[in-house]
Amino acid sequence: MEKSSHTGKSRYRTEKIIRITFFCISLASIATLALITIFLFMEGLPIFKEVSVKDFVFGQYWYPTDEPPDFGIFPLIIGSLSVTGVSSLISIPLGVLTALYLAESASASVRQWVKPVVELMAALPSVVIGFFGMVIIAPFLQEVFDVPTGLNLFNASLMLAFMSIPTICSISEDAIFSVPTELKEASLALGATKWETISRVILPASLSGITTAIILGMSRAIGETMVVLMVAGGAAIVPTSLFDPVRPMPASIAAEMAEAPFRGDHYHALFATAVVLFLFTLLFNLAADHISHKYKQVGASTL
Amino acid sequence: MEKSLKIAIKELNFFYRDFKALTDISLDVYAHEVTALIGPSGCGKSTMLRCLNRMNDLIPYSRVEGRILLNEQNICDPDVDVVSLRRRIGMVFQKPNPFPKSIFENVAYGMRVNGIKDKAYIAQQVETSIKAAALWDEVKDRIHESALGLSGGQQQRLCIARAMAVKPDVLLMDEPCSALDPIATQKIEELIHQLKKTYTIIIVTHNMQQAARVSDITAFFYLGKLIETDVTDTIFTRPKLKQTEDYITGRFG
Amino acid sequence: MYKNLNRTQKRRKLSQFIMFGFFRVSAAINGIALLIIFYFLVARGWRAITWTFLTQPPMDSMTRGGILPCIIGTVCLSLGAIIAALPIGVASAIYLNEYAFQGRALRIIRLGINNLAGVPSVVFGLFGLAFFVVYLKMGVSILAGALTLGVLTLPVIIGATEEALRAVPETYREASLGLGATKWQTIYRVVLPTALPGILTGGILGLSRAAGETAPIMFTAAVFFTPSLPSSIFDEIMALPYHIYVLATAGTEIEATRHLQYGTALVLIVLVLGLNLMAIIYRARLQKRQ
Repeated sequence: MEKSSHTGKSRYRTEKIIRITFFCISLASIATLALITIFLFMEGLPIFKEVSVKDFVFGQYWYPTDEPPDFGIFPLIIGSLSVTGVSSLISIPLGVLTALYLAESASASVRQWVKPVVELMAALPSVVIGFFGMVIIAPFLQEVFDVPTGLNLFNASLMLAFMSIPTICSISEDAIFSVPTELKEASLALGATKWETISRVILPASLSGITTAIILGMSRAIGETMVVLMVAGGAAIVPTSLFDPVRPMPASIAAEMAEAPFRGDHYHALFATAVVLFLFTLLFNLAADHISHKYKQVGASTL
Repeated sequence: MEKSLKIAIKELNFFYRDFKALTDISLDVYAHEVTALIGPSGCGKSTMLRCLNRMNDLIPYSRVEGRILLNEQNICDPDVDVVSLRRRIGMVFQKPNPFPKSIFENVAYGMRVNGIKDKAYIAQQVETSIKAAALWDEVKDRIHESALGLSGGQQQRLCIARAMAVKPDVLLMDEPCSALDPIATQKIEELIHQLKKTYTIIIVTHNMQQAARVSDITAFFYLGKLIETDVTDTIFTRPKLKQTEDYITGRFG
Repeated sequence: MYKNLNRTQKRRKLSQFIMFGFFRVSAAINGIALLIIFYFLVARGWRAITWTFLTQPPMDSMTRGGILPCIIGTVCLSLGAIIAALPIGVASAIYLNEYAFQGRALRIIRLGINNLAGVPSVVFGLFGLAFFVVYLKMGVSILAGALTLGVLTLPVIIGATEEALRAVPETYREASLGLGATKWQTIYRVVLPTALPGILTGGILGLSRAAGETAPIMFTAAVFFTPSLPSSIFDEIMALPYHIYVLATAGTEIEATRHLQYGTALVLIVLVLGLNLMAIIYRARLQKRQ
């Protein structure tokens, strides 16, 4: 005791200061989120002096550089939703089935190789995938399906699916993996096959986690920029076929921002588009968060 | 030999949320004696032990009522400096938990965090503690190698050395042998015999032979209550209560 | 009754066989897709990669020459992003994992991090433009781009650090506290050294994420062409991802520079995946050791 150099009180004060400092730093993320919201609204709201919210969101025509300009982002919203929808038709089954493969049926040595593959898929820069879709997939589609352009909704969905599979797969796998072993063993011990155990015990128990994974995967798809900028074709129309070119919101923002006059109507309209996009992803993320918290309990009680 | 009171637990209650984990515990612990806490799993004996160095502070939504007097000072008081309290009350955990550092650094750790900078003193104290833990001969040639290379029993004795290096008054042992083989267990038990000359020891154990072998006083816990406490010989030969007898003779548990 | 058992048994086994087949096929499709992408990029890109390509600036309005300024730009931007994000990310993770009690404040902070992770990259770009470039008057610069990328990598780093901290056995903390160490001493001397490899892995992952992003730097840092290498953090800069985008979509010589596009894409991939592979292998080693 005589060798201790700190007194209790000064120690407490130091500890308290450290704790408070860390707390303040940990607020950085939420503060940034708030700043993003504030600045998007600040730069986006002025457009509503020119057009009403209703005309902006439901307007059929996006001709921002015409005289007079049209600021209707309905085709852009439909563009975003359609690529997200079509891509999830591909990514959900592939992502979830791969997760099941990794968690339940692959041997340890196979798993050791497949898992990094999924991680590498997630790590591929979006501009590279966009580039690949442009120079390899587009000509291929054009030829095989005999369509006027290979840069279209289908191509973009394909590339987006590739980008959201890793998200869906890894989060689903976590959920599947966290189902207690006792449950699995109980089912197997009763004579169920592995697949019966998966379909009757494991899937119901991990359903909320898989749902979260799917929502986050879709959120990734709707917000992805470079892929849709490079391969979606860029036509601001409501698509009528799978091979129509579309112009999702992120593509429109990224393509036009550089040319929009600073703080002109076009500039504000692009920020307002970003607000809509931001709200979409916020909605997806809040839904995912809600589901994963509400049904956090994995186990017997969720069956 | 005259007994001197070291710790007096007075009407202690411990809550975890709404669950009352300990009810009305009163127990006296005397200096230079080994007090064993026994009872079936979940009876609150580990919780009791962890109240003594306020380790339970780490559990969210927990609450303590009542008093624990250490040398007549109430350690449950929120004003008590838990950090220096824990220096005075050493603890040895169920599983050996050396840090991923060298053997030397493990033992020196407590002194370093307590602000001791005198290198010669630290080196000498490390040696003394490891010797006191009956580990010196086994590790003296590799004192700067990783502690994770030791066997389980050696690791646990290292943890005891680490606890002793900060010169505590009291040593708490939470099932210190549960992860060890019989030979390592025997070594630790011999060590406990040696250590009680210097320290007051409170040991939680689920092994009744061990309690009978190492302790002077035995306290039997059941469902969060202290059922009976007495001199160890008496408890194991002539328990006053039926419940205690049933447990000791293995009729439930 | 037991007569049918054999047949049922067969049917059950068959359905399992079919379902597991589906699993396997899905996993294989992912692997094949990745291989196809690698194949085309490598087969068409490796010819472009010469010493000149890696060490010279572009020439003749980008139809010849190399990508040195882009490589330097990407390194500057992603390092800058990590320098900004690592301390904040690690400190946030320490608070969340070591100090915070379960409760509303923690829930809100986590919600903030999760939502920040879900913000589309183009929105980060607009935010960087409005906040760093315009409001804080940094202009289109390395600094503005690095900070924008830093914000984007923050959730990655927090996630990885938290995972590393969670992997530190609780008994280490208890042992340290039990010896009379304060909370901060415990974190600083025991928890952080143990978690350090995991935290570094997170840093590498953040670095690779920042290096590959395009949309956030489009309006904050990257330009089509700079005549000289940057001399300060307030200079505009060229970057690999943006270079690919520009060459592939906006030039007058799109077909003529195709081999340069492949080459640049290959360099970017090698950089990003190399960093990732490093992190994956490093982490696998760590897990084996534990």
